[in-house]
Amino acid sequence: MTADTGLTLAAQRAAVPHATPGRLTAPFWQGCAEQSLLFQRCAACSAAGFPPAEHCRQCLSTDLGWEHSRGRGLVYSWTVVYRAATPVFETPYAPAIVALDEGYQMLTNIIGAATDALRVGMAVQVDFVEVSTGLWLPYFRPAE
Amino acid sequence: MPAKGRKAAIAGVYNTRQGRRLEGETTRRLIVEAVLGALDDAGLTLDDVDGITSEQTASLIYDLRLGPAWQGSTFGVGMVTEAVAAIEYGLAEVVVLVAAQAQEYRDHAATAPWTRPENEFVAPWGMFTAAEFALIARRHMEVYGTTREQLSVVAATIRNNGSDNPEAVYAGRGPFTPHDITASRMIADPFHLLDCATTSEGGCALVIANVERIDAARRPIYVLGSGADLNGPSYQHPPAWDLTGRRGLDPNGMVGRHAADVAFAHAGLSRDDVDVLELYDPFSFEIIRQLEAFRFCPDGEGGPFVADGHIAITGSHPVTTDGGTMSFSHAGTNPQMMQRAIRGVQQIRGEAGDLQVPHTHVALCSNGGAGALFTTVLLLGDEPR
Repeated sequence: MTADTGLTLAAQRAAVPHATPGRLTAPFWQGCAEQSLLFQRCAACSAAGFPPAEHCRQCLSTDLGWEHSRGRGLVYSWTVVYRAATPVFETPYAPAIVALDEGYQMLTNIIGAATDALRVGMAVQVDFVEVSTGLWLPYFRPAE
Repeated sequence: MPAKGRKAAIAGVYNTRQGRRLEGETTRRLIVEAVLGALDDAGLTLDDVDGITSEQTASLIYDLRLGPAWQGSTFGVGMVTEAVAAIEYGLAEVVVLVAAQAQEYRDHAATAPWTRPENEFVAPWGMFTAAEFALIARRHMEVYGTTREQLSVVAATIRNNGSDNPEAVYAGRGPFTPHDITASRMIADPFHLLDCATTSEGGCALVIANVERIDAARRPIYVLGSGADLNGPSYQHPPAWDLTGRRGLDPNGMVGRHAADVAFAHAGLSRDDVDVLELYDPFSFEIIRQLEAFRFCPDGEGGPFVADGHIAITGSHPVTTDGGTMSFSHAGTNPQMMQRAIRGVQQIRGEAGDLQVPHTHVALCSNGGAGALFTTVLLLGDEPR
């Protein structure tokens, strides 16, 4: 048996596992619900940071501000999962690390591409999907 | 400084029966069996124990009535290093390291609970260990041209070791060819089912003791060097090959290199002195990565290195000779890590049966992997450093 090829990857349509956002992370998820991809930028050293933290991972300054990402970047690495972590997930789905143009990385899933079309270095853009009521996730799809 | 003249060594090891499911067993029953088994192997008794490391240390100190006792706090092969240090510093005389798991994973509609992160930036993406390690493997395939066939050679080699190990969960299931690996169903591209660790139940223990407490006829096994490289919490951040810390050392993809360098320097040994490599094998690619990270082959050449037969049980660098987490056992988070050290001890003692690597004096044991952002290293030998 080999995996099916050429299936087009779609977003989940269920209440996937998702922790209740905390004080630090709530702005990010609120941004997603408003179709905006947020990240932290250090006012002291300009380093971009993600996931949200209390202090800059580079210079340790606590003077961090939220910025809007353009939501564009390159696939840094990818996989296609055919055996889901839990039955909540529909397969196949494609976890990936995306390197954003603003200089940080995040985990996501790639959608809107065929499973056999995924490549390291492919240009992608964010696409917010409400997978279950109130839960908006920042997926990425091939850039237009 | 260590107390003058004190020296610690591994005195006993024990594996309980391992199985996909051990009906009627409990984690605690396996722990008790493993503790007593390892002590018996060491020629010691529970009355000799004044230190313990496990995932249930405090309750075990109470329930086994070991107090007052020293308790360790780390996991995997690092438990051995920590216990040796504790004994050589005079904090304890005889330390038992124990872990077991039974009946904690029965919902096989999902992957094992210890493989699934709960972090809010990871869990919604359906991440689990196979996907985490796939993201590392993909970078290596992209950058160095490592092939699917080379991954298959690793998986077939380790699964054949397990097939020949009567104590393995998958004893007698082989032989496996590289083709068999890719013929199994896809889990997380590039990993097929047979590239991945199994899940199982079982327990194990080691006894570390002041060498003055060990009957010399029982052949104490010495820790010659060790190292621990950690880049952050496992499964909470993107497992990026190029993640680096501020000191500008090797990236996460080479995690374990610094640990290995430290271990070899402490031991005064070179890579050529290693007779057997009991490498941690959560996924096939991880063996290729570790061979490079530990400098057994040049960067990017791990794929051709394994394809040339070096890692076979009869090769120059035999790896994971009990069948590892793919075939021997993968019970919970900790037993399967400690079992790399147990296999190293078995090889040095000459107790590895049909899978014995002749003339083994030095074993390198490892845990972790780049999908988990850490790698630990333990160098064992039959002569003190």
